[in-house]
Amino acid sequence: MAKLDLVMFEEEYNQLQEIIGRLQVDSSSKVVFLVDKNGQQIAAAGDVRSIDATSLASLTAGNVAATDGLAKLIGEKEFSLLFHEGEKDNLHISIVGKRGILVVIFDQSSSLALVRLRVKKASRELQEIFERVEYRAQDQGGENAKFESPFTEITDEDIDRLFGD
Amino acid sequence: MTFINYASREINCKIVYYGPGLCGKTTNIQWIFEQANPEKKGKLVSLATETDRTLFFDFLPLDMGTVKGFKVRFHLYTVPGQVFYDASRKLILRGCDGVIFVADSQAARLEANIESIANLATNLKENGFDIRTIPYVLQLNKRDMPTAAPVQELEQLLRFRNEPMIEAVANRGVGVIDTLKATARQILMDLQRS
Ligand SMILES: Nc1nc2c(ncn2[C@@H]2O[C@H](COP(=O)(O)OP(=O)(O)OP(=O)(O)O)[C@@H](O)[C@H]2O)c(=O)[nH]1
Ligand SMILES: [Mg+2]
Repeated sequence: MAKLDLVMFEEEYNQLQEIIGRLQVDSSSKVVFLVDKNGQQIAAAGDVRSIDATSLASLTAGNVAATDGLAKLIGEKEFSLLFHEGEKDNLHISIVGKRGILVVIFDQSSSLALVRLRVKKASRELQEIFERVEYRAQDQGGENAKFESPFTEITDEDIDRLFGD
Repeated sequence: MTFINYASREINCKIVYYGPGLCGKTTNIQWIFEQANPEKKGKLVSLATETDRTLFFDFLPLDMGTVKGFKVRFHLYTVPGQVFYDASRKLILRGCDGVIFVADSQAARLEANIESIANLATNLKENGFDIRTIPYVLQLNKRDMPTAAPVQELEQLLRFRNEPMIEAVANRGVGVIDTLKATARQILMDLQRS
């Protein structure tokens, strides 16, 4: 069964948030996003309001998925890094663990070399947390069983309410 | 793969509209986008060709309200239906929580529908899913067309697991929300089982 739910707890989330917050400051970048490979935003730091984060997450995931497809076509496992250079802003995209994507947006107040350096360090820290979350996702009867799913008694009314009737 | 965030108390579900070229996948999510309350919807992202055929995907994020204190958010995607975009279709199914198969009711498209379901089964399998168990809804679209095949015939050919089957005219919004709702029900019920 491929349905491995990604469950993230408060503590892990706070750790992720802290790491990318530090990355944003240390790399003098504008915004840092942590996105799931399926296109869902996990955490963000910096001037988040300047960007449509949800679209960014989805397009980044699409971009990475397409690049992964290209890598496989030519016999590579994956390309670990994507870099897009714009007139003002640049986009640095890298893979963290098996399912994380780190997106850094920076302008001339930083540099590619600095961003690279800081991303490398942050990635290692992020990866540790990701591995824990991924491990739990695989270990279905394990730690996941320790907490109660909040969705034990969903009724038709719950679903009707979601659709506003 | 549902992403449950206990820190922000959010559940994110990815729903994919699948089906043959021009069956009305993009029309479904365009209609949802036009109707949705502005506070609840994000931007509609469409990666399309000059002629409005889907090239990679359409994407629409929707905030649905709460269940058991968790904010439920749907991420709706469409695949490109044209046969030669198969590699892209496979990528978009990655990590999906539910699939809506949009069938084109026109008699001339019967075979295209059948092929597309077979293609869906293959691509789901390559992503580690089983078409027989994943939350799944069948939409019979273009019911307004004079060339539409009878519902019974379509049912016999396309319905294979007693999945919810909904008749639709997507460009007029008929059946669009019902389809999404049937999918949401399956996904959330599935969540409570796992
Ligand atoms: N008559 C009628 N036309 C429809 C209906 N639904 C969609 N259409 C039309 O069919 C055409 C194709 O619709 P799209 O939604 O772009 O099709 P698609 O499935 O996204 O196609 P691809 O992106 O190529 O896979 C458009 O001109 C729509 O207006 C329907 O229920 N009835
Ligand atoms: Mg389309």
